[in-house]
Amino acid sequence: MLSPAESEALFLSLSVAARSVLFNLPFAILVAWVLTRTRFTGRTVFDAFVHLPLVLPPVVVGYLLLVLFGVRGPIGGWLYHSFGIQLAFTSAGAALATAVMSFPLVVRSIRLSLDTLDRGLEDAARTLGAGAFDRFVSITLPLIAPGILAGAVTAFAAGLGEFGAVITFASNIPGETRTLPLALYTALQTPDGDALAARLATISFLLGLAGLLVAEFLARRLRRMLGR
Amino acid sequence: MLRVQLYKRRGDFTLDVDFCAPVPGVTALFGRSGCGKSTLISLIAGLLSPDQGRIQIDEDTLLDTTRHLDVDARHRRIGVVFQDARLFPHLSVLDNLRYGAKRLPRGAPAPIGFDDVISMLGLGALTARRPHQLSGGEQQRVALGRALLAQPKLLLLDEPLASLDLARREEVLPYFEKLRDALAIPIVYVSHQFDEVLRLATRVVLLEAGRVRADGELATVSRHPALRDIVGPDAVGAVMSGVVDGTDDAGLTRIQVGDAELVVDELAPPGQRIQIQVLARDVIVAASRPTGLSVRNAVSARVVSVTPDVGRAVLVELDIGRTSTLLARITARAAQELELESDKQVWALIKAVSLRGHVFSAPGR
Repeated sequence: MLSPAESEALFLSLSVAARSVLFNLPFAILVAWVLTRTRFTGRTVFDAFVHLPLVLPPVVVGYLLLVLFGVRGPIGGWLYHSFGIQLAFTSAGAALATAVMSFPLVVRSIRLSLDTLDRGLEDAARTLGAGAFDRFVSITLPLIAPGILAGAVTAFAAGLGEFGAVITFASNIPGETRTLPLALYTALQTPDGDALAARLATISFLLGLAGLLVAEFLARRLRRMLGR
Repeated sequence: MLRVQLYKRRGDFTLDVDFCAPVPGVTALFGRSGCGKSTLISLIAGLLSPDQGRIQIDEDTLLDTTRHLDVDARHRRIGVVFQDARLFPHLSVLDNLRYGAKRLPRGAPAPIGFDDVISMLGLGALTARRPHQLSGGEQQRVALGRALLAQPKLLLLDEPLASLDLARREEVLPYFEKLRDALAIPIVYVSHQFDEVLRLATRVVLLEAGRVRADGELATVSRHPALRDIVGPDAVGAVMSGVVDGTDDAGLTRIQVGDAELVVDELAPPGQRIQIQVLARDVIVAASRPTGLSVRNAVSARVVSVTPDVGRAVLVELDIGRTSTLLARITARAAQELELESDKQVWALIKAVSLRGHVFSAPGR
């Protein structure tokens, strides 16, 4: 049904998006928690910084990543020389670029559920003998699960289509960083690529739709579990 | 003895309290909403830190700002039942009940048994449910069970019935009475409903604008002017504590209150302690012992004071022997005609059917 190049792009897109979400979640939960629960000077600047990828052109994000995480960049160079890890022009790099782009989406979603969480429940847990970490794991985390899930699904769906940051930081290498949108773009640049582009667009469309349906289904189940 | 001394400023509001509560026993924190009751509960539980203060349960110091001692809420072993129950929505009733029990330090004594709590609070049929499948009254019972199973040294009940309608309150109150009589845990009961206080507590701390206005036995505080302001003129009345003597030949229960005896239409076995409020508006003052009246209770009394009350009425404080006191509201004109003044001997008349007694099963303190 799918040509090798198509299934390669599809698989790569899924893998990059999934890895970006996994990479995203722990940091997003931490940042969302810091932004809702702590007060410190520079908090507004920090908040704005977290949301930057929403307003910056993706190419700029890709460029900044290249500067920081390229093999000659301060972080990329250290990673390369100490651990032999190269991010630029690899699929891991594509996942990193995708993660940075969707980070604000995930933070927003988690923050929203942290804001609506009844802090009294954590107080109740505290009077029942639960320490800070225990309370976070046994009360906070399960109760913000719908927000985490919603953020993860949105980030995954958006990650399937990340273009600008990926092509700038990780380039357009077949089998390594050529995800669905990059393959589609390449097809459009090739003579006779119209049919392929249409097929890739259809795949993207179906994938997006499936993602949204799964998200809705999971959200409903979670809500029922929490009795709302 | 629970001893609480706390000072906390929060914007315009200052909480500055100092009171004691017997251990065991029920002490009511009573006051209008906004008087600082909930802040005080948070401070005692350790969920808020005071500017200065000291909290002690018997020999155990939980907080002493002069020594920089502040035991974290999780280690205070103070059970709290909040107005809004605060059951964990993602856990079953059973897991809610076990939440605190699971987190007890290893080897800690657990005198309150799981099965006892389940049966005492009637939770047997609810354990598999989720909090959202419970009625408001059931939620409060589960919250109470959850707090008890964490083996608290002190139980704080923060207006646990305030969010329930009248029928639900009547459904939950008996469980509190049972708990009070069965367990040797000191209880601090926060309420702005005087009838709850009357049913449950023997001691009252009257809070007003963050300060203790009166503090002591319910019988004493019930005559305090500050209480009158809070409960409103219709609920003014002396609270008396008596012991059931037996029943008279008409089936009415005889209660010994100080030197006097009252009969009430209430069933209670002899020897039990009973708390009665005699509303001031239900008391008639007579210059001589009347005859040919339906009234069942005629008590010889001595006038202590006559003070102006609402409208054209006065409030007469009557001593009925052995520190027991009645309040009677009569018109100023009637007081004039009876020539009521301090030390005058009169009769206080109270209809047996207008008295409501609240039984305390535990032996009187």
